[in-house]
Amino acid sequence: MASKSININLKVWRQKNAKANGAMETYKLDDVSTDSSFLEMLDQLNEQLVTEKKEPVAFDHDCREGICGMCSLFINGRAHGPETGITTCQLHMRSFKDGDTIYIEPWRSKAFPVVKDLVVDRSAFDRIQQAGGFVSVNTSGNTIDANSIPVPKQDADKAFEAAACIGCGACVATCKNGSAMLFVGAKVSQYALLPQGQVEATDRVMNMVRQMDEEGFGNCTNTGACEIECPKGISLENIARMNREFLKASTK
Amino acid sequence: MKLDSKIPEGPLAQKWTEHKNHLKLVAPNNRPKIDIIVVGTGLAGASAAASLGEMGYNVKAFCFQDSPRRAHSIAAQGGINAAKNYQNDGDSTYRLFYDTIKGGDYRAREANVHRLAEVSGNIIDQCVAQGVPFAREYGGTLDNRSFGGVQVKRTFYAAGQTGQQLLLGAYSALSRQIGLGRVKMYNRHEMLDLVKVDGKARGIIARNLITGEIERHSAHAVVIASGGYGNVYFLSTNAMGSNVTASWKIHKQGAHFANPCYVQIHPTCIPVHGTNQSKLTLMSESLRNSGRIWVPKKKEDAEAIRAGKLKPTQIAEEDRDYYLERRYPAFGNLVPRDVASRAAKERCDAGFGIENNATGEGVYLDFSSEIKNKGKEVAYAHGNHNPSEEEIIKLGKQWIEEKYGNLFQMYQKITDENPYETPMKIYPAVHYTMGGVWVDYNLQSSIPGCFVAGEANFSDHGANRLGASALMQGLADGYFVLPYTISNYLAEEIRTGKISTDLPEFLEAEKRVKDQIGKFLNNNGSRSVDHFHKELGNIMWNKVGMARNEQGLKEAIDQIAKLREEFHKDVYVPGSADELNPELEKAFRVADFLELGQLMAMDALQRKESCGGHFRDEYQDAEGETLRDDEHFSFVGAWEYKGEDINQEQLHKEELKYEFIKIAARNYK
Repeated sequence: MASKSININLKVWRQKNAKANGAMETYKLDDVSTDSSFLEMLDQLNEQLVTEKKEPVAFDHDCREGICGMCSLFINGRAHGPETGITTCQLHMRSFKDGDTIYIEPWRSKAFPVVKDLVVDRSAFDRIQQAGGFVSVNTSGNTIDANSIPVPKQDADKAFEAAACIGCGACVATCKNGSAMLFVGAKVSQYALLPQGQVEATDRVMNMVRQMDEEGFGNCTNTGACEIECPKGISLENIARMNREFLKASTK
Repeated sequence: MKLDSKIPEGPLAQKWTEHKNHLKLVAPNNRPKIDIIVVGTGLAGASAAASLGEMGYNVKAFCFQDSPRRAHSIAAQGGINAAKNYQNDGDSTYRLFYDTIKGGDYRAREANVHRLAEVSGNIIDQCVAQGVPFAREYGGTLDNRSFGGVQVKRTFYAAGQTGQQLLLGAYSALSRQIGLGRVKMYNRHEMLDLVKVDGKARGIIARNLITGEIERHSAHAVVIASGGYGNVYFLSTNAMGSNVTASWKIHKQGAHFANPCYVQIHPTCIPVHGTNQSKLTLMSESLRNSGRIWVPKKKEDAEAIRAGKLKPTQIAEEDRDYYLERRYPAFGNLVPRDVASRAAKERCDAGFGIENNATGEGVYLDFSSEIKNKGKEVAYAHGNHNPSEEEIIKLGKQWIEEKYGNLFQMYQKITDENPYETPMKIYPAVHYTMGGVWVDYNLQSSIPGCFVAGEANFSDHGANRLGASALMQGLADGYFVLPYTISNYLAEEIRTGKISTDLPEFLEAEKRVKDQIGKFLNNNGSRSVDHFHKELGNIMWNKVGMARNEQGLKEAIDQIAKLREEFHKDVYVPGSADELNPELEKAFRVADFLELGQLMAMDALQRKESCGGHFRDEYQDAEGETLRDDEHFSFVGAWEYKGEDINQEQLHKEELKYEFIKIAARNYK
């Protein structure tokens, strides 16, 4: 870890709340360690702002290990920044050069209203899941022994790959249509690939897709930007699988 | 007040069954008359809220994140234990119970731990039924792996993302109940006080983090499942928002806080990079199944590595000190976390650390032997009995990638080094807190009607937590313990009726919260909240960290008290109360950490022995191993709040009786 310091210029979207108009603000930040993560750089900016008795920039973050899905940010026009396969908390300042100007914006999508500055409301994802993203098994513990539901390794692995979605919303933010198909496709796929999910498969896909439409997400035109920007590499195959499940359910 | 643990009489293996048989019930038609509040929606909270909703109670669940799916349980990597004995390697309920008691250095309750082992198998059944995609063998059955402190393969896993999959499973169960209208979910809400009426927990005061509105919520029982307090150290593997506020507020209302000094320092984290570091990242303990831990044997090699003149791959095999294998041949790299952490510290303190920054701290976790071994195995399995070195390494790397790919990728993203080519650098970091709110066998705190689950309670891990046991406890508490024990309490509440939030107790609690907000925002000090948090973290890590001693602890107590005074005088909190204000949120949390930190040091000071995660310099044997004092310290230390001066807190002792396990020195050699 050869660490060095760089100076950068930031253009940050500031917006008081959902109703207020927002605008880009310019900040200069010196002595940023290249070993710092992008969020640690924002911490540094906020420390500077608080010291100057100015309002710090609100941004979402929590685990800072790339798994909670809380961090977001459009960085220089790309969801989670210039690298692929990572979240913003896994982006490090070594990806930038001394003197760079970095543009930072919130996720922009009709279904994700801005709460403040760089924070958006992603609760639409919760409502989609509440519409059917589960197996309706009683939480009583009166279930059969786990090994009496054998699952082929290949299916389990594929289900896991779909289930690895962290719900960060990069797919929606990066899609020109603001589509949530990659997110919903991943969830539908997880259960479609497992024996436990079969009983409710028809209702699940119909209900989740209906809710997705109600939330105001756009449709999918197979551009594929979602897959490229997905920090977990969730594949477009999941959208295809959801479409097949949907077709199967609609023609029943 | 005497601590009554309410451990049932009778033989160990029948305690829970017998207890359940005699617990009072609430009839299905009466359950909708009863409200329950659940604070926190990680594994324990989400599973509790889902189960209680399923039973028919009215549940209100609260989390400070924007969705319950983001709770920090999601970050757990390695796996979840269960005594299924699927691998036929001698596992049983008793073995899991025994390993957990021994792992906790004989400072956990036998009855609780046995119950945990009993329900463990059922957790796996439940999760599989919910569609959690655990790793499978080719025959379709579940795969297992091994973890520290254990000689069987009982850990179920989903790559390095087991916590994520289990949390998403619990979240899906919770989502189902929200969809059905049985659970009302309050996202981006933080509990800022507990409301007691006639001595019973009757509700909470919460702040809507978006609008700033202060809300009163009533209920017939309150469940706290808000996780651990590792962030008192500032740097830890905990998510940035993890805090002690809910637990600390109920402590101030009369819930005893037990064993606060028991903090797990996890041995396999990525070392600190510099002063701007905001948190630390854990590398799953499962890596110790395949990685060998070493430092250079010669001091000059270590110095050359730190100076950047030597690479670890240039150190010959005979010049490497595989110190865990050397000191603990029976368990080797799979010794429990506290043992591995202290051994790393010992080597680094002795000058053999390898990190080339100011700390000099760090040891290697090396996969080169495993790459060779597995590569050969795979080649043979493919019928190639004469593989070239190149083929072996290629196949070995593929094997590693399948097993640990996401962890290797994560490491590379953070450090910019490729762990397939060069050994990982690791060092211990604050990870999990075994201490927490004192609860009885029913998981009820010393406040009637206030229950505490998961990491927030103290109950199952003793002085050390073995790997893959936190997920197990969270789900056991939420799915399989609380539904019974809360019902027993609520059986007396079916005639109570709705509890008004206009009661004077609610108004008083609301006023306390509003006054505190006013104080923070009008303080107009000169320093940021983070400034104080980092200061506190420094004191905690240096004096209440991996090793403690009397002098350091006394200094820490004074320094923290002073820092707290300074904080309230000089903290600057910008913004207003009626909007999203992360600085205000942090101010509340750091205020609580400052009080808790002092109590942790006090607890560590009174415990004149070394056990598990609590290591006192004064109490060690000739080889540097922990020296317990079972005669004087075989107790749970539960602290009672006595007003603002933390020094006045009163220690109560719950004696630990070992009826079924013979206490022995904890030996992993």
